[in-house]
Amino acid sequence: MNHWPFVTAAYVLAIIATLGVTGWSLITMRRAEKAVDDMKGDR
Amino acid sequence: MHRLANPTRFLKFARPLTILFGIIGTFLVSVGIYGGLFVTPPDYLQGESVRILYIHVPAAMLSTIGWAGIAVASIVQLVWRHPLAGVAARACAVPGAMFTVICLATGSIWGRPTWGTWWEWDGRMTSVLVLLFLYIGYMALASSNEDRASVSRATAIFGIVGAVNIPIIKGSVEWWNTLHQGRSITMTSSKIAPELLWPLGFTMIGFSLLFGAIVLMRMRATLAEAKVEARMRRLVTE
Repeated sequence: MNHWPFVTAAYVLAIIATLGVTGWSLITMRRAEKAVDDMKGDR
Repeated sequence: MHRLANPTRFLKFARPLTILFGIIGTFLVSVGIYGGLFVTPPDYLQGESVRILYIHVPAAMLSTIGWAGIAVASIVQLVWRHPLAGVAARACAVPGAMFTVICLATGSIWGRPTWGTWWEWDGRMTSVLVLLFLYIGYMALASSNEDRASVSRATAIFGIVGAVNIPIIKGSVEWWNTLHQGRSITMTSSKIAPELLWPLGFTMIGFSLLFGAIVLMRMRATLAEAKVEARMRRLVTE
Protein backbone atom coordinates (compact mmCIF):
# COMPACT_ATOMS: atom_id res chain seq x y z
CA MET A 1 0.00 0.00 0.00
CA ASN A 2 1.33 3.46 -0.93
CA HIS A 3 1.41 5.50 2.30
CA TRP A 4 2.12 8.91 0.75
CA PRO A 5 -1.54 9.81 -0.01
CA PHE A 6 -2.31 9.25 3.72
CA VAL A 7 0.70 11.30 4.81
CA THR A 8 -0.19 14.11 2.39
CA ALA A 9 -3.84 14.16 3.50
CA ALA A 10 -2.84 14.37 7.18
CA TYR A 11 -0.38 17.22 6.61
CA VAL A 12 -2.70 19.19 4.32
CA LEU A 13 -5.53 18.89 6.84
CA ALA A 14 -3.35 19.97 9.78
CA ILE A 15 -1.82 22.92 7.89
CA ILE A 16 -5.19 24.16 6.57
CA ALA A 17 -6.80 23.90 10.03
CA THR A 18 -3.90 25.69 11.76
CA LEU A 19 -3.69 28.44 9.12
CA GLY A 20 -7.47 28.81 9.11
CA VAL A 21 -7.85 29.25 12.88
CA THR A 22 -4.73 31.48 13.09
CA GLY A 23 -6.00 33.69 10.24
CA TRP A 24 -9.51 33.85 11.70
CA SER A 25 -8.13 34.82 15.12
CA LEU A 26 -5.83 37.44 13.55
CA ILE A 27 -8.65 39.02 11.51
CA THR A 28 -11.01 39.03 14.53
CA MET A 29 -8.33 40.65 16.70
CA ARG A 30 -7.37 43.27 14.09
CA ARG A 31 -11.04 44.15 13.48
CA ALA A 32 -11.80 44.44 17.21
CA GLU A 33 -8.70 46.54 17.96
CA LYS A 34 -9.44 48.79 14.97
CA ALA A 35 -12.95 49.36 16.36
CA VAL A 36 -11.36 50.47 19.67
CA ASP A 37 -9.00 52.83 17.83
CA ASP A 38 -11.90 54.27 15.79
CA MET A 39 -13.89 54.75 19.00
CA LYS A 40 -10.98 56.66 20.56
CA GLY A 41 -10.80 58.84 17.45
CA ASP A 42 -14.53 59.68 17.70
CA ARG A 43 -14.17 61.09 21.22
CA MET B 1 -0.30 36.86 38.30
CA HIS B 2 -2.33 39.66 39.81
CA ARG B 3 0.09 42.15 38.19
CA LEU B 4 -1.47 41.09 34.86
CA ALA B 5 -5.01 41.56 36.14
CA ASN B 6 -5.03 45.00 34.60
CA PRO B 7 -5.95 44.58 30.89
CA THR B 8 -3.74 47.55 29.88
CA ARG B 9 -0.74 45.95 31.57
CA PHE B 10 -1.65 42.58 30.05
CA LEU B 11 -1.82 44.10 26.56
CA LYS B 12 1.67 45.58 26.99
CA PHE B 13 2.99 42.01 27.34
CA ALA B 14 0.55 40.38 24.94
CA ARG B 15 1.28 42.53 21.88
CA PRO B 16 5.00 41.68 21.47
CA LEU B 17 4.45 38.09 22.66
CA THR B 18 1.79 37.44 19.99
CA ILE B 19 4.23 38.42 17.22
CA LEU B 20 7.14 36.54 18.82
CA PHE B 21 5.15 33.33 19.35
CA GLY B 22 3.70 33.56 15.83
CA ILE B 23 7.05 34.04 14.06
CA ILE B 24 9.10 31.53 16.09
CA GLY B 25 6.23 29.01 16.06
CA THR B 26 5.85 29.21 12.27
CA PHE B 27 9.62 28.83 11.80
CA LEU B 28 9.88 25.80 14.11
CA VAL B 29 6.82 24.08 12.61
CA SER B 30 8.21 24.65 9.08
CA VAL B 31 11.58 23.11 10.03
CA GLY B 32 9.84 20.19 11.78
CA ILE B 33 7.52 19.51 8.84
CA TYR B 34 10.38 19.71 6.34
CA GLY B 35 12.48 17.35 8.45
CA GLY B 36 9.57 14.99 9.05
CA LEU B 37 8.59 14.79 5.38
CA PHE B 38 11.92 14.90 3.56
CA VAL B 39 14.86 14.24 5.90
CA THR B 40 13.96 11.40 8.30
CA PRO B 41 14.02 7.80 7.04
CA PRO B 42 10.83 5.69 6.88
CA ASP B 43 10.13 3.41 9.85
CA TYR B 44 11.19 -0.25 9.37
CA LEU B 45 7.70 -1.44 10.35
CA GLN B 46 5.25 1.39 9.56
CA GLY B 47 7.02 2.68 6.45
CA GLU B 48 6.27 6.24 5.29
CA SER B 49 3.08 6.54 7.38
CA VAL B 50 5.23 7.16 10.48
CA ARG B 51 5.64 10.77 9.21
CA ILE B 52 2.12 11.51 10.48
CA LEU B 53 3.68 11.30 13.97
CA TYR B 54 5.11 14.84 13.64
CA ILE B 55 1.67 16.44 13.51
CA HIS B 56 -0.44 13.87 15.35
CA VAL B 57 1.59 13.90 18.60
CA PRO B 58 1.74 17.74 19.00
CA ALA B 59 -1.99 17.92 18.20
CA ALA B 60 -2.75 15.25 20.83
CA MET B 61 -0.62 17.05 23.40
CA LEU B 62 -2.21 20.45 22.71
CA SER B 63 -5.75 19.05 22.75
CA THR B 64 -5.28 18.09 26.43
CA ILE B 65 -3.18 21.17 27.28
CA GLY B 66 -6.02 23.32 25.90
CA TRP B 67 -8.50 21.79 28.31
CA ALA B 68 -6.00 21.94 31.18
CA GLY B 69 -5.71 25.67 30.41
CA ILE B 70 -9.51 26.03 30.55
CA ALA B 71 -9.62 24.16 33.89
CA VAL B 72 -6.81 26.19 35.51
CA ALA B 73 -8.24 29.51 34.26
CA SER B 74 -11.70 28.46 35.52
CA ILE B 75 -10.29 27.73 38.99
CA VAL B 76 -8.49 31.10 38.97
CA GLN B 77 -11.74 32.80 37.96
CA LEU B 78 -13.82 31.12 40.66
CA VAL B 79 -11.29 31.30 43.50
CA TRP B 80 -9.40 34.55 42.91
CA ARG B 81 -11.86 36.32 40.60
CA HIS B 82 -9.00 37.28 38.29
CA PRO B 83 -10.59 39.53 35.64
CA LEU B 84 -8.66 37.97 32.75
CA ALA B 85 -9.18 34.32 33.76
CA GLY B 86 -12.56 34.01 32.02
CA VAL B 87 -11.13 35.63 28.90
CA ALA B 88 -8.18 33.21 28.93
CA ALA B 89 -10.41 30.17 29.46
CA ARG B 90 -12.65 31.19 26.58
CA ALA B 91 -9.61 31.86 24.35
CA CYS B 92 -8.24 28.33 24.93
CA ALA B 93 -11.42 26.65 23.66
CA VAL B 94 -11.15 27.25 19.89
CA PRO B 95 -7.46 26.29 19.43
CA GLY B 96 -7.98 23.36 21.84
CA ALA B 97 -10.92 22.10 19.79
CA MET B 98 -8.97 22.64 16.56
CA PHE B 99 -6.05 20.53 17.78
CA THR B 100 -8.49 17.84 18.98
CA VAL B 101 -9.98 17.69 15.46
CA ILE B 102 -6.46 17.51 13.95
CA CYS B 103 -5.53 14.76 16.45
CA LEU B 104 -8.64 12.69 15.66
CA ALA B 105 -8.40 13.18 11.89
CA THR B 106 -4.66 12.50 11.58
CA GLY B 107 -5.01 9.53 13.94
CA SER B 108 -7.78 8.12 11.77
CA ILE B 109 -5.74 8.68 8.59
CA TRP B 110 -2.72 7.04 10.24
CA GLY B 111 -4.86 4.13 11.45
CA ARG B 112 -5.96 3.06 7.97
CA PRO B 113 -2.54 1.97 6.60
CA THR B 114 -1.23 0.91 10.04
CA TRP B 115 -4.17 -0.93 11.64
CA GLY B 116 -6.33 -1.48 8.57
CA THR B 117 -9.19 0.60 9.98
CA TRP B 118 -10.14 4.29 10.07
CA TRP B 119 -11.76 4.06 13.50
CA GLU B 120 -12.06 1.76 16.48
CA TRP B 121 -14.11 2.42 19.61
CA ASP B 122 -11.16 1.84 21.90
CA GLY B 123 -10.33 3.74 25.10
CA ARG B 124 -7.92 6.32 23.64
CA MET B 125 -9.92 7.25 20.54
CA THR B 126 -13.25 7.35 22.36
CA SER B 127 -11.91 9.50 25.23
CA VAL B 128 -10.40 12.01 22.74
CA LEU B 129 -13.73 12.11 20.88
CA VAL B 130 -15.41 12.84 24.25
CA LEU B 131 -12.89 15.69 24.69
CA LEU B 132 -14.04 17.18 21.36
CA PHE B 133 -17.67 17.03 22.53
CA LEU B 134 -16.61 18.71 25.81
CA TYR B 135 -14.98 21.54 23.81
CA ILE B 136 -18.14 21.98 21.72
CA GLY B 137 -20.27 22.06 24.88
CA TYR B 138 -17.92 24.54 26.55
CA MET B 139 -17.96 26.88 23.52
CA ALA B 140 -21.76 26.72 23.37
CA LEU B 141 -22.03 27.51 27.10
CA ALA B 142 -19.46 30.32 26.92
CA SER B 143 -21.14 31.95 23.93
CA SER B 144 -24.47 32.02 25.78
CA ASN B 145 -22.90 34.39 28.32
CA GLU B 146 -23.85 38.01 27.73
CA ASP B 147 -20.65 39.43 29.19
CA ARG B 148 -17.90 38.81 26.62
CA ALA B 149 -15.05 39.49 29.01
CA SER B 150 -16.03 36.66 31.33
CA VAL B 151 -17.66 33.24 31.46
CA SER B 152 -20.53 32.30 33.74
CA ARG B 153 -20.04 30.31 36.95
CA ALA B 154 -21.72 27.30 35.32
CA THR B 155 -19.31 27.48 32.36
CA ALA B 156 -16.31 27.69 34.72
CA ILE B 157 -17.56 24.68 36.70
CA PHE B 158 -18.07 22.78 33.42
CA GLY B 159 -14.45 23.62 32.53
CA ILE B 160 -13.20 22.21 35.85
CA VAL B 161 -15.40 19.08 35.82
CA GLY B 162 -14.47 18.33 32.19
CA ALA B 163 -10.81 18.04 33.26
CA VAL B 164 -11.64 14.59 34.66
CA ASN B 165 -11.30 13.38 31.06
CA ILE B 166 -7.60 14.31 30.86
CA PRO B 167 -6.27 11.52 33.15
CA ILE B 168 -8.68 9.12 31.39
CA ILE B 169 -7.09 10.03 28.01
CA LYS B 170 -3.59 9.62 29.47
CA GLY B 171 -4.38 6.34 31.25
CA SER B 172 -6.58 4.81 28.54
CA VAL B 173 -3.67 3.03 26.82
CA GLU B 174 -2.54 1.48 30.10
CA TRP B 175 -5.85 0.69 31.80
CA TRP B 176 -7.51 -1.02 28.84
CA ASN B 177 -6.33 -3.30 26.08
CA THR B 178 -6.47 -0.86 23.17
CA LEU B 179 -5.51 -0.79 19.51
CA HIS B 180 -3.68 2.50 20.15
CA GLN B 181 -0.06 2.00 21.15
CA GLY B 182 1.21 2.82 24.63
CA ARG B 183 3.22 5.91 25.50
CA SER B 184 6.39 6.14 23.36
CA ILE B 185 7.81 9.30 24.92
CA THR B 186 8.07 10.26 28.59
CA MET B 187 9.77 13.25 30.21
CA THR B 188 13.01 11.27 30.58
CA SER B 189 13.05 8.62 27.85
CA SER B 190 11.85 7.73 24.37
CA LYS B 191 11.25 4.46 22.53
CA ILE B 192 11.60 6.24 19.17
CA ALA B 193 14.96 6.11 17.35
CA PRO B 194 16.82 9.48 17.54
CA GLU B 195 17.00 9.82 13.72
CA LEU B 196 13.20 9.70 13.63
CA LEU B 197 12.67 11.74 16.78
CA TRP B 198 14.32 15.13 16.17
CA PRO B 199 11.61 16.82 13.98
CA LEU B 200 9.07 16.03 16.70
CA GLY B 201 10.80 18.48 19.07
CA PHE B 202 10.46 21.24 16.46
CA THR B 203 6.78 20.58 15.74
CA MET B 204 5.89 20.15 19.43
CA ILE B 205 7.46 23.47 20.47
CA GLY B 206 6.38 25.20 17.23
CA PHE B 207 2.72 24.19 17.46
CA SER B 208 2.74 25.07 21.19
CA LEU B 209 3.94 28.59 20.38
CA LEU B 210 1.28 28.91 17.65
CA PHE B 211 -1.30 27.75 20.20
CA GLY B 212 -0.05 30.50 22.53
CA ALA B 213 -0.23 33.08 19.73
CA ILE B 214 -3.84 32.08 18.91
CA VAL B 215 -4.84 32.28 22.60
CA LEU B 216 -3.28 35.75 22.91
CA MET B 217 -4.98 36.97 19.70
CA ARG B 218 -8.36 35.70 20.89
CA MET B 219 -7.84 37.29 24.33
CA ARG B 220 -6.94 40.62 22.71
CA ALA B 221 -10.01 40.40 20.44
CA THR B 222 -12.31 39.67 23.39
CA LEU B 223 -10.89 42.56 25.45
CA ALA B 224 -11.26 44.97 22.53
CA GLU B 225 -14.84 43.82 21.81
CA ALA B 226 -15.72 44.19 25.49
CA LYS B 227 -14.31 47.73 25.49
CA VAL B 228 -16.41 48.72 22.45
CA GLU B 229 -19.54 47.15 23.98
CA ALA B 230 -19.01 48.97 27.27
CA ARG B 231 -18.60 52.27 25.39
CA MET B 232 -21.79 51.61 23.38
CA ARG B 233 -23.71 50.82 26.58
CA ARG B 234 -22.50 54.07 28.15
CA LEU B 235 -23.56 56.02 25.06
CA VAL B 236 -27.05 54.48 25.18
CA THR B 237 -27.53 55.32 28.86
CA GLU B 238 -26.16 58.89 28.57
